[in-house]
Amino acid sequence: MASILAIVFLPLLAALIAGLGNRALGNTVSKVLTTGALFISCALSWPIFLGFLNGTAQAEVVPVLQWVQSGTLSFDWALRVDTLTAVMLVVITSVSALVHLYSWGYMDEDPDQPRFFAYLSLFTFAMLMLVTADNLVQMFFGWEGVGLASYLLIGFWFKKPSANAAAIKAFVVNRVGDLGFMLGIFGTFLVFGTVSIPEILEAAPAMAGSSIGFLGYRVDTMTVLCILLFIGAMGKSAQLGLHTWLPDAMEGPTPVSALIHAATMVTAGVFMVCRLSPMFEAAPIALGVVTVVGAATCFFAATIGTTQWDIKRVIAYSTCSQLGYMFFAAGVGAYGAAMFHLFTHAFFKALLFLGAGSVIHAMHHEQDMRYYGDLRKHIPLTFWAMMAGTLAITGVGVYWLGAGFAGFHSKDAILEVAFASGSETGMLAFWAGVVAALLTSFYSWRLMFLTFWGKPRWIGSEHIQHSVHKTPEEVGEDTTGGYHPHESPMAMLVPLGLLSIGAVFAGYVFHHAFIDEAGFWAGSIYFDEHLAHAMHEVPLLVKLAATIVMIIGLVIAWYAYIRKTDFPAKFVKEFSALHKFVFNKWYFDELYNIVFVKPAFWLGRVFWKAGDVGIIDRFGPDGAAWAVSRGAVYARKIQSGYLYSYALVMLLGLVAALSWVMAG
Amino acid sequence: MAGFPILTLMLLVPLVAATACLFVEAKAARSVALVATLINLALGVVLWANYEIGGAQWQFTERVELFAGFSYALGIDGIALMLIVLSVFLMPICIGASWESIQKRVGEYMAAFLLMETLMIGVFAAQDLFLFYIFFEAGLIPMYLIIGIWGGDNRIYAAYKFFLYTLLGSVLMLIAMMWMVNEAGTSDIPTLMAYDFAENAQTWLWLAFFASFAVKMPMWPVHTWLPDAHVQAPTAGSIILAGVLLKMGGYGFIRFSLPMFPEASAQFVWLVFTLSMIAVIYTSLVALVQQDMKKLIAYSSVAHMGIVTAGAFAFNVQGIEGSMIMMLSHGLVSGALFLAVGVIYDRLHTREIDRYGGLSINMPQYAIFFMLFTMASIGLPGTSGFVAEFLSLAGIYQVSTWVTLVCTTGIILGAAYMLYLYRRVVFGEQKNADAAAMPDLTMRELAMMVPLALAVLWMGVYPESFLAPMRADIAALDARIARAAPEGDSQLKIGPPKSDKADAAHGEEAEHGGAH
Repeated sequence: MASILAIVFLPLLAALIAGLGNRALGNTVSKVLTTGALFISCALSWPIFLGFLNGTAQAEVVPVLQWVQSGTLSFDWALRVDTLTAVMLVVITSVSALVHLYSWGYMDEDPDQPRFFAYLSLFTFAMLMLVTADNLVQMFFGWEGVGLASYLLIGFWFKKPSANAAAIKAFVVNRVGDLGFMLGIFGTFLVFGTVSIPEILEAAPAMAGSSIGFLGYRVDTMTVLCILLFIGAMGKSAQLGLHTWLPDAMEGPTPVSALIHAATMVTAGVFMVCRLSPMFEAAPIALGVVTVVGAATCFFAATIGTTQWDIKRVIAYSTCSQLGYMFFAAGVGAYGAAMFHLFTHAFFKALLFLGAGSVIHAMHHEQDMRYYGDLRKHIPLTFWAMMAGTLAITGVGVYWLGAGFAGFHSKDAILEVAFASGSETGMLAFWAGVVAALLTSFYSWRLMFLTFWGKPRWIGSEHIQHSVHKTPEEVGEDTTGGYHPHESPMAMLVPLGLLSIGAVFAGYVFHHAFIDEAGFWAGSIYFDEHLAHAMHEVPLLVKLAATIVMIIGLVIAWYAYIRKTDFPAKFVKEFSALHKFVFNKWYFDELYNIVFVKPAFWLGRVFWKAGDVGIIDRFGPDGAAWAVSRGAVYARKIQSGYLYSYALVMLLGLVAALSWVMAG
Repeated sequence: MAGFPILTLMLLVPLVAATACLFVEAKAARSVALVATLINLALGVVLWANYEIGGAQWQFTERVELFAGFSYALGIDGIALMLIVLSVFLMPICIGASWESIQKRVGEYMAAFLLMETLMIGVFAAQDLFLFYIFFEAGLIPMYLIIGIWGGDNRIYAAYKFFLYTLLGSVLMLIAMMWMVNEAGTSDIPTLMAYDFAENAQTWLWLAFFASFAVKMPMWPVHTWLPDAHVQAPTAGSIILAGVLLKMGGYGFIRFSLPMFPEASAQFVWLVFTLSMIAVIYTSLVALVQQDMKKLIAYSSVAHMGIVTAGAFAFNVQGIEGSMIMMLSHGLVSGALFLAVGVIYDRLHTREIDRYGGLSINMPQYAIFFMLFTMASIGLPGTSGFVAEFLSLAGIYQVSTWVTLVCTTGIILGAAYMLYLYRRVVFGEQKNADAAAMPDLTMRELAMMVPLALAVLWMGVYPESFLAPMRADIAALDARIARAAPEGDSQLKIGPPKSDKADAAHGEEAEHGGAH
C-alpha cells in the first residue's frame, strides 16, 4: 500500500510549490498543481476504501522516518492504514478535491489565489497525517497542522479585522483543548510507557480499575486519561464550552467552511474518540461525559441555529449540532454509527456549504437570508443541490422501505442506538437528539424557505444596492431592484452535483457495512455486537421518532415562513427574553470575554506595571542604584568611574583569591 | 582528528580576527568578521562531524597545566557540542544583521562580537572550574559594551542594569567555587561532576550557583534586566543575547547544579518549579500587553526559559533532553524573531507595533518567514519548538501534574501573544504609508533567514541529529542524579481488573466493604 505515501505527500508537495512559488508561478499553474494533486490522492484513496469494504485489504503501517527518541519515549513518522483510516481517506480526499475544483469558480476574482490553494492543500496534508497517525504524537501533529491551516484560511482575507479576530480565536480556543490533549498524552505515556496507539489500545483494558494521582487527587486512571483526551476532541470538534470559535470561523471563504469547518477538521475529535475506542471502553465514566457533552451540544447548537440570519452561521451551528450526535453515538458505544454519521455528514454538509456559497456568489456576497427570497427560479441548479442537502440533513426517508437520504440512515441509527443502550445518559442523549432533530428540520427548512421561496427581498441588502446602484426608495415596488442573480459557473456546479449524489445515496449504500458489520471495521474500532443487534429491537415509535419530528419541523417552518410570514416576528415579540438569549448564542462570548480575555489583559498590565516596574525594579536594581549613588558621595575618592579600572580590580581580586585557594 | 587542538583553534580564530578588526577601517572589519565567523562555523561542522557518538564522554580534550593547579583544560561532551554548534551557527547571522545597521565604530563593534564568540565557545568548552568562570563572567563585558555603545536611546540604563544583575549573582558563585576546589582538591569539572559533597554543604553551594544561573536564565523575579537589555541592544546583540547568553544559565544548571549537587537539587525542586511556573504565566501575560516588539519577544523568552528550568529539574531523561532541545530551539527561534524585528526596524526605525500593519501585502516573503518563526515559538509540531515543549512537559508530568498543567497553560498564552503580535504587524490594513512602502527581504536578509528556517524545521522533523550526540551524556546525568530523584505525584496503582461496565456501579459498595 505504498500509494498511501503519494496520497499524503502529494498535497504537501503541491502546497509547498504553490505557496513558495506564489505570484511567480501564477494562478493557473498553482491551481492545476494543487487540484491535480488532490484528484490523484482521491483516485488513489477510493481503491483502498473499496478494498476494505470487500474485505481484500489488510491493515498495515508504512514507516516514513524516525522522529523522536528520548529515553523510553519514542515515536516515529509512520502512516497507518486500516478501515477507520480508509473511511477518513475517502472523505478527506473526495471533499477536498471537490472543494479545490469549486474554488476555481468561487475564488476566481481573488487576487491571492496561489496562497489560497496552497493553504487548502496544506490543510489536506495535515488532515491526512492526522488520520494516518500510528501514535498519539503524530496525531497531535496533524491536529495542530489542521489548526494552523484553519487559522490561515479563516484569516485569509487578512485585511478584515473580523477575519483576523476570528482566526486568532479559533487558534487560541483550540489550544485550550490541546492543553487537555497534551496532558492526556503525557498521562498515557506515564501509564502505558508508550505513545503507540496499537500498544496503548492493547494494554488499556487491563488498566481498568487502576488509580492514579492527578493534581493531588487519586482518580481512576482510564477515566482521567480519556477525559483529558476528550477535552482535546471538544476543542477541535467545537463541543459545548469550546464551540465559540466555530461560528466566527465563517469569516473564512465559503469553500474553507465546507472543507474544514464541516466535512473534515471538525470531525477530528470524533475520529480521535473512535480511534481510541478500546481505551474509552475501559472508562465508563468518561464515556458518560462524552455522551452528555455530545447530547448537550446537539441540542444547544440547534437552538441557536433556529434564530440566526446569516446563512453560513445557520449551517455552522448545524455542524456543531451534528457533531454532538456523533459524540453521543460514540459515548453510548456505537462507534460505527458515529463514523457513519461522520461519513454521510461530510457529503451533505459540504454540499450545503458549497450550495450556500453558490447562493452567496449569486447574490453579490450577501449572506443575510432576510435579503434573499424567491431564488429557486433564478438559480435552479443550486436550488436542487441545496434541496438534496436539506433532504439529507433533515433525514427524509421511508422507514418501511428502508431507504432515504443520507442523514435518514445515519441519524436514525444514532437515535436508535442511544435508546437501545438503555443507560441514563443514553436516554438523555436520545431525547436531546429527538428535540435537536426537530430543530434541525425547522432551521433547515427555514433556510430553504427564506432563500428560495417567498417574495424577493433583495434590495434591502447593501451588497445588492451597490451592485445595482439604487436605494430601496428609488426602486419602489420592485424589491428585486432590477438585480439578476446568476447561476454559478461549471467549476462550482460539478462539485455540487457530485456531492448531491453522495447526499442522496451515501446512507443507503453504506448503511449495512458501517452499522451492522464488525467484519468491515476489522478491529480498527471497538465494535459492540450486542448493541448492534439491540438497536434493531427498539420500539417502532423510536424508529419513527426522527421521521415524525422531521415532519413537525417542516410543517412549523412552512407555516412560519410561507403560510403566515408575520408569525416569526410575533413569536419573537411574545418571547423576547428567550429569543434574545438564544439569538445572542446563550451569551458564551460575552461570558468568556469577562472571565478570561479581559482579566488576562488586566493581569498582564498589573504584572508589568506594578510587578516588574513597581516592585522588582524599584526595590531591585533601581533601589540598588539609589543606595549606590548615596554611598558614592563618600566613596567617590576611590572610584574613578571607568570600566577598565573596575575590571582591573576584579582581575586582581580574582588572582588574589586563586592564589589563596591554591596555596591553601 | 586525534590530538589536533580544534577547540583552541576555534577560540583563536575570532580572537585574532577581533584584534585585526580594531586596526582596519569599517568595510574591511565587516569582511574580516564575516570570514572569521564563517571559518568558525566550518570548524563547528567539522567538530560535529568528528564527534564520536557513543565514544568517550569527553572528546577533543586539551590540557595545559598552569600555576597552582589551575589549568587550561578544554573538552566537550554532546551537550557542550550542541551549544557550541548553536553559537557558531548564529554568529555569521549576527555579523550579517549588523552589516548595514551599524555605521559607527564598526571595527570596535565587530571586535566586541568576535571576542564574545571566543568567550561563548570557551564557556561551553572549559573543563576547569576557574577557566569556566573567567569565560562566563568575561562574556558580560563585550555584551555590556555592545548595549552601552551601539544601543538605543536608553542604553546606559539598560547596560547598567544588565551588568549589575549578572555581576551580583556571580560573586556568590565565585566564592562557592573556591570552597569547592578547596574541598575536592581539584578544579577539574569532570572530576567535580562525580564528587559527592556533603549534603549540608550542597545546600549552600547550590544556592550560590543558583544566584548566578537564575539571573543568566533569567528566572522570575530576576528577569527585569532582560527586556531592557533586548530593547536597547542592536539587533545582533539581541540575537546573541537570546540565542546563546541565556543558555549559559541552563547549561550551568545541567553541567554544575544537577550533577555536582544532586541532593540539594532535589531539595530545591519546589523552588525551581515555583519560579518556573510563575515565569511561564506571569511573563506570558505581560507579553500580551506589550506595545514594543522586542519587549514582547524578550518576555516570551523568559516564559520559554521557565520550561527549560522546570524540565531540567524534572530529574528524568525526557525532562533534561527537552530542556536542552528547548535551549537549542529557543536559540534559533528567538534569534530568528529578533532578526525579523530587526529587518523591519532597519526600514522604519521603530519597535512600536502599531506603526506597522499589513506587511504581508508589501513584504510577502517576510510574512512567510515571520509566520514560520511565530509558529515555532508557539510550539507547532513539525518545528523545533514542539519537540522542545513536548519532551520537557512529558518529563515534568512524571514529577508533578500540577506543574505540568500550569506550564502547559503557557501554550495557550503563547499562542495568544504571538498571534496577536503577528496580526498587528503583518495582517490588517496598510494603515501607515511609510510601513506600506517598505521593500521585501533583500538577498542579504534572505541569506540569514533561510538557514534559520531550515534549522528550525530540521530540528522539528528529525531532532535525532541533535538528540543523538547528547543521549549518552544525559543518560549519565540521569543515572547520577537518580538517587535523589523526587517521587512523582502520579503513582499508578493497578487495581483489580473489572470484568465489565456493571462493576462501576458496585464500586461504592466495595469501598464500604474495606477494599482499600
